Amino acid sequence: MSALAVEVWRGGAQGAFQSFEVPRHPSQTVLDVVTYIQRSLDATLAYRFACRVGMCGSCAMSVNGVPRWTCRTHVDKVARENKLVIGPLRNLPVIRDLVTDMRGFFDKWARAKGSFAGTKTKRDDFARVAPDSADRRKVDAGIECIGCGVCYSACDVVAWNPDYLGPAALNRAWTLVKDERDVVKHERLRAVAGDAGCHACHTHMSCTERCPMGLAPTAAISGLKRAVLGSVLKGEL
Amino acid sequence: MSAKAQSLLWIAQRASAALLALCVIVHLVTIIYAVQGGLSAAEIFGRTRGNVAWFVFYSIFVLGVAVHAPIGLRSVFIEWLGWRGRSRDAALVAFAALLAWMGMRAVFAVFA
Ligand code: SF4
Ligand code: SF4
Ligand code: FES
Repeated sequence: MSALAVEVWRGGAQGAFQSFEVPRHPSQTVLDVVTYIQRSLDATLAYRFACRVGMCGSCAMSVNGVPRWTCRTHVDKVARENKLVIGPLRNLPVIRDLVTDMRGFFDKWARAKGSFAGTKTKRDDFARVAPDSADRRKVDAGIECIGCGVCYSACDVVAWNPDYLGPAALNRAWTLVKDERDVVKHERLRAVAGDAGCHACHTHMSCTERCPMGLAPTAAISGLKRAVLGSVLKGEL
Repeated sequence: MSAKAQSLLWIAQRASAALLALCVIVHLVTIIYAVQGGLSAAEIFGRTRGNVAWFVFYSIFVLGVAVHAPIGLRSVFIEWLGWRGRSRDAALVAFAALLAWMGMRAVFAVFA
């Protein structure tokens, strides 16, 4: 098969693209391409991956300008005229080459009160949540997030308003708002309301378009807006 | 500004948007209907002067604009200029007052 012309970002915030030529293979993924470069062409290339099967969420990069999980993105699908431009995710500080600093992204999960708060201990019986209840279905729709940061990188509001919690943190908060076992709902709604939270979302839907898990953070954010509205009207916020 | 205050602004913006959508439709239908066969300034005044229903409708329209536009502008200021704090809020209140004043001046001019 022919060779692939690959441009790879080198450096931190300041840097430049470096060109490589990589042999094409059937069923080759973008992560395969990056790995080939690191193992065979330039061992100093920094990138991040772990599971290689779309579970860990660590391999996201910008591929031809679009944020993607690279381990499950086939070159066939994204190469244009046998060319690939691979860079670090947008909206996150670049540490080196293809590696971004994800701390800001996950700190925002904490700010959105993204951790579960229940009352039961391990001595209590299991909570029984009906799988077909309306709330449980809403949780199901958002729960499979792998924390890859693709949505965060795709969101223009994050780029314009650095305080904005972003689609993944808000999606996480929504799954907890709909979790009947959780007991800090008011605090959480307060944490996700307003200029840095769900009300900043413009419903562009880039997050939903790009999420590799097929989640719809936009729908979660609309849910939060409705929940905040209800809580304001009831005087609970 | 508290999360609650920011949420209230959002609610005010959505509510005024719904109101304005209605007002714009009524406004357009009315002018298209009224202008059929031509209309003079004297005829317009004949219908609007002292017409309380007309006055109330356009006052609501103007106040809807005065609420809606500054809240939208607030997001533009945050996202494009990074402008926050008191100075921004003062500018927005002034803008709301300007819209309300200009709008009501026009309404009064055609009503009184
Ligand atoms: S829908 Fe909202 S969170 Fe998603 S990309 Fe658009 S602005 Fe960002
Ligand atoms: S919502 Fe989707 S795109 Fe965003 S972090 Fe989770 S899995 Fe990734
Ligand atoms: S390497 Fe784990 S999701 Fe891609």
